[in-house]
Amino acid sequence: MALVELRDIRKTYHLGGEVIHALDGVDLDVDQGDFTSIIGPSGSGKSTLMHILGCLDTPSSGSMTLDGMDIHDATPRQLAKVRGEKIGFVFQFFNLLPKLSVAQNVELPLIYKGASSRERRERAMQALDLVNLEDRAKHRPSQLSGGQQQRVAIARALVNDPRIIFADEPTGNLDSHTGEMILETFCKLHEEGRTIMLVTHDPEIAALTPKKIEIRDGKIASDVDAKLSGRESRFKLNRPADT
Amino acid sequence: MNFWNTMFIGMKEIWAHKFRSLLTMLGIILGVSSLVAMSALVKGMENGMKEALVAMGGLEKVRVEFQDDLPPHQRHLTDQIPGLLMKDVYALQSGAPLVENITPIVEQHGYRTRINVTYRNKRARPWRLYGTWPGILDLEDHRVEHGRMFNEIDNEEARSVCVIGIELRNDLFGDPEKTGEEIIPIGQTIRINGQPFTIVGMFEHYMTEKEKKEKELAKLQAQQNPQGGVVRDKGRGSSGPSGYVFRLKNNSIFIPLKTMMIQFRAAAGLDEKADPRLSGIYMKVRDISLLETALQQIRNVLQVSHNGIEDWSFRTEEDLADGIQVTIKNFRMSGVIIAAIALVVGGIGIMNIMLASVSERVREIGIRKAVGATTTDIFVQIIIESLIIALIGGIMGLVVSIALVDSITAFTPTENNPVITGEAMLFAWGCSAMVGIIAGMIPAFKASKLHPIQALKYD
Repeated sequence: MALVELRDIRKTYHLGGEVIHALDGVDLDVDQGDFTSIIGPSGSGKSTLMHILGCLDTPSSGSMTLDGMDIHDATPRQLAKVRGEKIGFVFQFFNLLPKLSVAQNVELPLIYKGASSRERRERAMQALDLVNLEDRAKHRPSQLSGGQQQRVAIARALVNDPRIIFADEPTGNLDSHTGEMILETFCKLHEEGRTIMLVTHDPEIAALTPKKIEIRDGKIASDVDAKLSGRESRFKLNRPADT
Repeated sequence: MNFWNTMFIGMKEIWAHKFRSLLTMLGIILGVSSLVAMSALVKGMENGMKEALVAMGGLEKVRVEFQDDLPPHQRHLTDQIPGLLMKDVYALQSGAPLVENITPIVEQHGYRTRINVTYRNKRARPWRLYGTWPGILDLEDHRVEHGRMFNEIDNEEARSVCVIGIELRNDLFGDPEKTGEEIIPIGQTIRINGQPFTIVGMFEHYMTEKEKKEKELAKLQAQQNPQGGVVRDKGRGSSGPSGYVFRLKNNSIFIPLKTMMIQFRAAAGLDEKADPRLSGIYMKVRDISLLETALQQIRNVLQVSHNGIEDWSFRTEEDLADGIQVTIKNFRMSGVIIAAIALVVGGIGIMNIMLASVSERVREIGIRKAVGATTTDIFVQIIIESLIIALIGGIMGLVVSIALVDSITAFTPTENNPVITGEAMLFAWGCSAMVGIIAGMIPAFKASKLHPIQALKYD
């Protein structure tokens, strides 16, 4: 059974008298260990799809399971728990809390999970270690560069050891060099067996991932598995991580 | 999410906006301090009034007084009025076991029949002259400071002795505060309405707490400027309603009952008979919880000895005590209303600031929700922040109230001391906590209902 299963997911908005079908019957399976990119022009519904996948939003109709759990009829409280324990988010604008230190930002999901302060500290340091930022633990997010901030966000997404990581335009706010390094980090995580979904509007970035889903007008236009189609990821993983 | 963590986050948030938080707390500070200060003032007032009640002999004291005004259905019996007599005293002694210290009084009030007390060329006007038994000491809470109280033998032999209040000494022999030397006139002979009496005892100077403080203050000031300085006007009308009891006691002369009867109530002319009537009979109830029963007992005895004619009435201190209760209640009520208004205003201030804080932290709330915070977590976080502001404000308010009460005491050192009680402080602090929680409700609800996506998109 797939890690995430979407069946006939629909999401409609009412804007004024107009009805907008942001998602119009989406079926999707994400397996354990997949590295998938969701691509599509703006307004295609890719962000909505990711919000639903990330349990930030609920579909208007359709069914969804995540890690064997029914999401479509979960309570808000259960959704919060799923977000905290099974899902990691990386946003375009980093979304770190400016008043907290780097380590405290990374600890945040653990606080809501109810972990002890010692466990939180240890796991936060481990997560920061994964993105090579353990020496910046005491800094404020504003003292870090954009790439470093995004890596803190990745550490925060990783700290709970989630089943799946969602990244919404993670490079959209970075220069191309830094963006590449962030993508490299994702590839490394993928190598380690993590499930990652990456939302982007940039076909070049989408081309780096083994799987690619194209969304157009709220529907899946194409579902390409690079391995099946004989294309390998052309991204090389031999470059050392940003220091 | 554990409680201490939320506390920590809340403290941090408040610390990040120190000035804003302080301004917000101002309402709570005012509310709590006014609540505590008001209760302290009322407590001080209550103490002053209770002091007067004790000085009058306490709640147990019952006075049976003669009254020539019969109830309407007995008006036709007016010419048969027996009056309060010694036989009533004996009847009560044997027939009313629930009361004790039954003491007859023959009274000459200073303002009804002028009493002239003279010593050599000096004259004094006592407020009252009582012919009574030594039991009056206990009934009116008197303390003899110099000499002795007259005793049963003095009474039996109708000796011309008297015990005086301190004001009479001051008038007849000189006030030690003016002359600088204290005269103890024991053994001196004074004349009461022309009759010679030997002073055998003098009561202590009865003072309210307030007067005691005034005196200490005057002493202190005298020490500070020994060159004389301002002479304080120790006007006798200075001490307010509760001071009346004390002044009355200081202006009293007591003589034995029989002496009174013989010297002032015996026949004065050929066609006048001796007047055996008493002005009143004072007594104490043994057990205050049996007051009603004791009164009924007295009533029964007097009904028999007066052939059913009600030419007497009860006076208990309950009326006074009730009056005190009502006054205190009213003052307390107005204090509570003032403090409640201040607290409500403070609560609105907190609500306002918390709403502003929630609006500017929409994004933060979105992030917290995205990483797993539940609606409850956010709700609790905002409530706790609001609660912390209120509690810190409450503590500051308590400190301010202590300072306030101290300064009230410093500015008006002669008033009844305001008393801050622990309960009042605890109550006020509890009120501030409640205000904090209630004020935090709406902002917390608003914050917790934010949708994570909208919150994340918000700039």
